[in-house]
Amino acid sequence: MNPSRKIIAVVLLLAVACVLPFLSNNYWLDVATLALFYVVLAQGLNVVVGFAGLLDLGYAAFFAVGAYTTGILMTVYQWSFWLTLPVAMIFAAIVGVIIGAPTLRLRSDYLAIVTLGFGEIIRILAINLTITGSASGIYGIPRPSIGGYVLGGQIDFYYLILIIAVVTVVAVKRLGTSRIGRAWMYIREDEDAAEAMGINRINMKLLAYSIGAVIGSLAGSVFAVKMSAIAPLSFSFTQSIMILLAVVLGGLGSIPGVVLGAVLVIALPELLRSVEDWRYLIFGAALVAMMLFRPQGLWPARYEMKRGASRGETEEVTEGGSGNDVKLDSEKCNA
Amino acid sequence: MDILVQTLADGLVIGAFYSLIALGYTMVFGIIKLLNFAHGDLYMLGAFVGYTLLSVLGGDSSGAGLMGILIVLLLTMVIVGVFGMGIERVAYRPLLLAPRLSILITAIGVSLFLENGSMIVWGAQYQVYPLQLSHDGISLLGAKITYVQIGLVIIAALLMLGLHLFINRSLYGKAMRAIALDQTACHLMGIHVHKVIGLTFFIGASLAAGAGTMAGAYYGTVNFMMGFIIGLKAFTAAVLGGIGSIPGAMLGGLLLGMMETAGTFMFGGSWKDVVAFSLLILILVLKPTGIMGEKVTERM
Repeated sequence: MNPSRKIIAVVLLLAVACVLPFLSNNYWLDVATLALFYVVLAQGLNVVVGFAGLLDLGYAAFFAVGAYTTGILMTVYQWSFWLTLPVAMIFAAIVGVIIGAPTLRLRSDYLAIVTLGFGEIIRILAINLTITGSASGIYGIPRPSIGGYVLGGQIDFYYLILIIAVVTVVAVKRLGTSRIGRAWMYIREDEDAAEAMGINRINMKLLAYSIGAVIGSLAGSVFAVKMSAIAPLSFSFTQSIMILLAVVLGGLGSIPGVVLGAVLVIALPELLRSVEDWRYLIFGAALVAMMLFRPQGLWPARYEMKRGASRGETEEVTEGGSGNDVKLDSEKCNA
Repeated sequence: MDILVQTLADGLVIGAFYSLIALGYTMVFGIIKLLNFAHGDLYMLGAFVGYTLLSVLGGDSSGAGLMGILIVLLLTMVIVGVFGMGIERVAYRPLLLAPRLSILITAIGVSLFLENGSMIVWGAQYQVYPLQLSHDGISLLGAKITYVQIGLVIIAALLMLGLHLFINRSLYGKAMRAIALDQTACHLMGIHVHKVIGLTFFIGASLAAGAGTMAGAYYGTVNFMMGFIIGLKAFTAAVLGGIGSIPGAMLGGLLLGMMETAGTFMFGGSWKDVVAFSLLILILVLKPTGIMGEKVTERM
């Protein structure tokens, strides 16, 4: 797609997203809101798994950190919602560093298990601690307000999460094409080579992990005020898997792909409502089939083309090497 | 004193289950360096297949004699073992040369498939095992140890002994050890690599299924989600002992079982999973090679 057509497509998509509340009924608006939550979450995980290649199976834990921080601060300490946002994000970043610093030295499979265990620990903590309201969770979380206007309706939250989703997508996209993003991708492709080239791989991985955590907690905070009640059930392993599925389905590291994946992960089960019990079975089979037949996802990332199109001659020469590497690797995936 | 012995005895039984499941993790990891996330679900599948077989063959609970239970156990192990081979054939073999992330994600997909498939077949509720085990037992230093507990530990020990002999004495065991060292070289030496990998999955799956049936009989109820947590803990056991090491998996399982029972005793039942997972994170951070593991220098 050439740049101008791409811009038109994005503008059209945004226009549709903006007028959607006036075209759909409450049910589909709710589905759309949930899909936007998944867009934010999936983009956050995309930074961790897609860019840096760190398989995180406990991502819902950060979603929980955000939701519980906002929930507790608002109900127990009567904070304003907007004040809880930065606190939740900082807190998530700290938790990310605490869990990431010792474990990111591990190889991919070990990291997957550690994050899985960590996600379970957070969930069990939420069930057992009194401050998190144990199994019944926190309820009666107040509505946020801007000036005098209280965000109460479904449409308000739809627009709130839409804005956050757009900001997240833009931020992740810019991160991906930045110097940091290229370092992440280099680490993903070959850690040792990246380190040999002067990239501090531990710091870079930690950064990816923390940024993912911050984005996850942001979604969690908004989720808490939108639902006005949270319970440990919302932050289970299945939730982490669904977010991961959105990323994998769309295409690891691909911004538009991950948005598509998030929408599909929410929309498909709604369409499959009649076969409720079979949903996750079908998803499981879909995961296997995707990896077997199309491991790069529905809308794969195309680094080499973007580089050629957006960069000047001189830089292209220096970037050529790593660009080819990525291309070779994606070809390997296809084979 | 009696509490200590009781904890040791209860921990030993749980630990025996963990060891049996951990062996599958360790064997598969040792041979193809895959963390088989679906392994815990094979344990669950074993529990359910055993449940069905007992319901069909056993009739009423009192009729199933000791021999009948053993036959059901063996049948379950064979059925689930073949199923494990099937999983390897369909989901893992085509991806052996693919990036690591792909095969890990496939394993998660298989796990989701097994869990929800079982939910559809057997229902989401807890199923009561059609078997009543006696609560008779002996008193040892003030602790009560049932005959069932002793029997389960003996069966587990026999299975592990059999595996140990198979790996160390038989030709296939030799081939497995060789493939764990260098797959390509084995291929060139005329070893049918895929066949041996399939056999590894068969053994791993059948051991997990054996543990599943025994656990179902021991606890009395089975549920489609039972595999997830226990799979994670068996993995912890495998890592504790040193992943890739067979004696390590046995030792790790027993140690974890006892530590968990002790943790339950000290902090209460709702915290026992936290004890296990904190332990997992601690080991991975402090000593990723585990107790008996060798240092892995190869990068993945």
